Amino acid sequence: MPTLNVNGRNLEVQADPSTPLLWVLREQLGLTGTKYGCGIAQCGACTIHLDGAAIRSCVIPLAAVQPGQKIVTIEGLSPDSSHPVQKAWAALDVPQCGYCQSGMIMATVAFLRDKPKPTDADINENITNICRCGTYNRVRAAIHVAAGTKPGKQG
Amino acid sequence: MNSPIAHTTPSPDQTQIAPQAERPHDLPAPQVSRRRFLISSATTTGGLMLAFHLPFGHEAAAQTAGPVLAPAVPSAGTPEVNAWVVIKPDDTVIIRIARSEMGQGTLTGLAQLVAEELECDWSKVTTEYPTPGQNVARKRVWGNFSTGGSRGIRESQDYVRKGGATARQMLIQAAANEWKVPASECRAESSQVIHVPTGRRVRYGQVASAAAALQPPAEVTLKDPSTWKIAGKPVARLDTADKLNGKQIYGADLTLPGMLNAAIRDCPVFGGKVKAFDTAKVQGMPGVRRVVQVGDSAVAVVADTWWQAKTALDALSITWDEGPNAKVSSETIAATLKAGLDAPEAFVGNESGNAKAALASAARRIEATYSYPHQNHATMEPMNATARWTPQRCEVWTPTQNGEAALAATAAAAGLPVAQCEVYKLHLGGGFGRRGMHDWVPQVVAIAKAMPGTPIKLLWSREEDMLHGRFHPVTQARMTAGLDAQGNLTALHMRLSGQSILAGVAPQNLQNGRDPVAFQGLTTSGDGAFGYTVPNLLVDHAMRNPSTPPGFWRGVNHNQNAIYLECFIDELAHAVGQDPLQYRRKLMSKHPKHLAVLEAAAKGAGWGTPAKPGVFRGMAQHMGFGSYTAAVAEVSVSKEGELKVHRIVAATDPGYAVNPQQIAAQVEGSFAYGLSACLYGECTLKDGRMEQDNFHTYEIMRMAAMPAVETIVMPSGGFWGGVGEPTIAVAAPAVLNAVFAATGKRVRHLPLKHTDLKRA
Repeated sequence: MPTLNVNGRNLEVQADPSTPLLWVLREQLGLTGTKYGCGIAQCGACTIHLDGAAIRSCVIPLAAVQPGQKIVTIEGLSPDSSHPVQKAWAALDVPQCGYCQSGMIMATVAFLRDKPKPTDADINENITNICRCGTYNRVRAAIHVAAGTKPGKQG
Repeated sequence: MNSPIAHTTPSPDQTQIAPQAERPHDLPAPQVSRRRFLISSATTTGGLMLAFHLPFGHEAAAQTAGPVLAPAVPSAGTPEVNAWVVIKPDDTVIIRIARSEMGQGTLTGLAQLVAEELECDWSKVTTEYPTPGQNVARKRVWGNFSTGGSRGIRESQDYVRKGGATARQMLIQAAANEWKVPASECRAESSQVIHVPTGRRVRYGQVASAAAALQPPAEVTLKDPSTWKIAGKPVARLDTADKLNGKQIYGADLTLPGMLNAAIRDCPVFGGKVKAFDTAKVQGMPGVRRVVQVGDSAVAVVADTWWQAKTALDALSITWDEGPNAKVSSETIAATLKAGLDAPEAFVGNESGNAKAALASAARRIEATYSYPHQNHATMEPMNATARWTPQRCEVWTPTQNGEAALAATAAAAGLPVAQCEVYKLHLGGGFGRRGMHDWVPQVVAIAKAMPGTPIKLLWSREEDMLHGRFHPVTQARMTAGLDAQGNLTALHMRLSGQSILAGVAPQNLQNGRDPVAFQGLTTSGDGAFGYTVPNLLVDHAMRNPSTPPGFWRGVNHNQNAIYLECFIDELAHAVGQDPLQYRRKLMSKHPKHLAVLEAAAKGAGWGTPAKPGVFRGMAQHMGFGSYTAAVAEVSVSKEGELKVHRIVAATDPGYAVNPQQIAAQVEGSFAYGLSACLYGECTLKDGRMEQDNFHTYEIMRMAAMPAVETIVMPSGGFWGGVGEPTIAVAAPAVLNAVFAATGKRVRHLPLKHTDLKRA
């Protein structure tokens, strides 16, 4: 049985090696904060961290996860929603329906590690998740709040 | 807490659901309670007994209503002050919310209205959904559950405020009784009753039980909105916290003990049927439990996990009888609609003077033809529901915009009386109108019926969701204007041709065949009134219904009607060499509220002052869902034809603004939704089926394309308008008119991506 390191714990999972990581997390481990949106890495609702990098877990088969690789999901981002990105999201009341927001937050956390002081152009290029409610402007503003940067000229 | 899934401290009667494999013990586990309580024990309490028309037999249901299996709700075990308000001994206020929350903020807004009248401490407020079955059993004490048409607040504001005011009066009376003083000497403030002459105080939690035993007052007076302290303020949403850490349980996330998962494929050709399928091939696949034909057009695979079910379904060969629509394409639909533009017979939606005669004698005629394609709602969470069926009872857990309609669909599919069915509303991962139709409910009930007693969760794949949407209607319009020798507009004929939503979803609501909804935003009066005065006006509709199932899609028929009208008005202004704002002012003098929002948007955007180099402006105004909206868009188009929408200034007059922050969020979202359709969105048919089956072919606006949105909320009072949808109507025409200003090109056929904006 393969073992996954998820949110700091080693967990055995029973699933066919071809099963996408998204469904292992949701159906084997009960971590339903990571969402299914498209299944083809288009929408980003399934974004998680694999060794700190944002990946779209709906297209990563279980077999592709190497022993020792660290997985972090929205549930493991902080014990009490205290991550600066979560706090910025709360301060600006970003979510509407909220379904895409786990992915948005996970994408943003990884993005800010690479670009701690992003410009709007950086945000446009890197935050490509889909939100049908249209929270994009609040997502953008919250990224700037989390980063301590100011929104600049768009595009 | 707004869903029947509780994350509050587990009580002994809550059942922790075991994960299918070892779950890290510090991670949140979905919890579902099995608590039973007698609905009849609650029916004797006061509350507001309001009479409503119910589309299914509520009287019979109420008489036979027995014990209802309900998930744990925060109010369980605490007597309610009335149907809307439960107050716990610790002063926690639980406000019951009948309408669905799907991101639009209605849950918070309705709670604000109740809390305002209740005079409670806002920091103590939580919410819960009553179930549709409870509503039936209690003679619809919570009124309408339907959450569409931007009606959530505007249609229930009166009775929910009365619910709060009634509860406040009862709490005051209970305190007065305890003190043996007249209630008139007491007042309420921040969850306390105060005896004014002595300054004595008592907390709501201390008198709530006594209040619950009192007769409700026959009449209450509502506050003047100018005195609001909680309503009308930009308070934070009540439902944000769980959306930031993965705790929020959506329908797709539900887990019940012993639950199996189902994936489904319906015939991709609308109206087609299952001919045959080969079960043998998938029966031995991992986790597969059952292959079930659902109705005459679909096949489902039931397995231990959804991924196993989907994998097996993909391997299942199904042959279809594609039926009579196998040759339908977007081209054949367009040809049918085009013929409708010239049809002699059409339903009339608005008429004054004699438009045809005035056009015949006009000094100058201007004509243009427009079209708007099918769209998919494409909610981020695909359609889903969980059902458990036994010969005695059927329960469905589902994200729905209309719990009562979901209950009716459940009962019909289950073959059981309504009183033996229940629906538990789960949080919606987007609605936009799609979840007001319940085509997935009969499916899940049919599967559950094949496996009595076993809870079945049915989740559509994105592909299923895209192929089996309830699509935005496809329409065309021919706009014809007559001008006199001075260029004044003397006649306007707006011929709509195309699909009727009502004919598809509620044909019983047609008026002698006519679909009144087709004329949204174009009628003389009502909640989508025409904003111009034209001496000779004719708006008519040649109904042409293709095989595609239509649905209410956020903004509904306002979307295309506003494009047709507002872009054509821009064409007329250009034709007579007038500024679009000046031109509209002359036609709008008798429509001051329409004009006021347009003037505000224009002023906010600096209309009439130079824009930045290379930036061009366009405007639009429209009334829909009871609110007045207008927008000015600023765009630029590169030499290569690349369009950039830089900024939107939008003005909204919803009459009363319950939460300005949430109105701004809805306006911003409206531009994302409306411009996504305008720029990229279309669902096309080939060989009777939809061609777009996921987000790589149905393109959605993302961050990079989202303009800055400046929202002006300008409630003028005296009426209640909606806010979730109205602004979508002005999104596309404002941008299209700005594109014309930038390029001289009229985009009359959407989406815009098909028009080459490259400069010649």
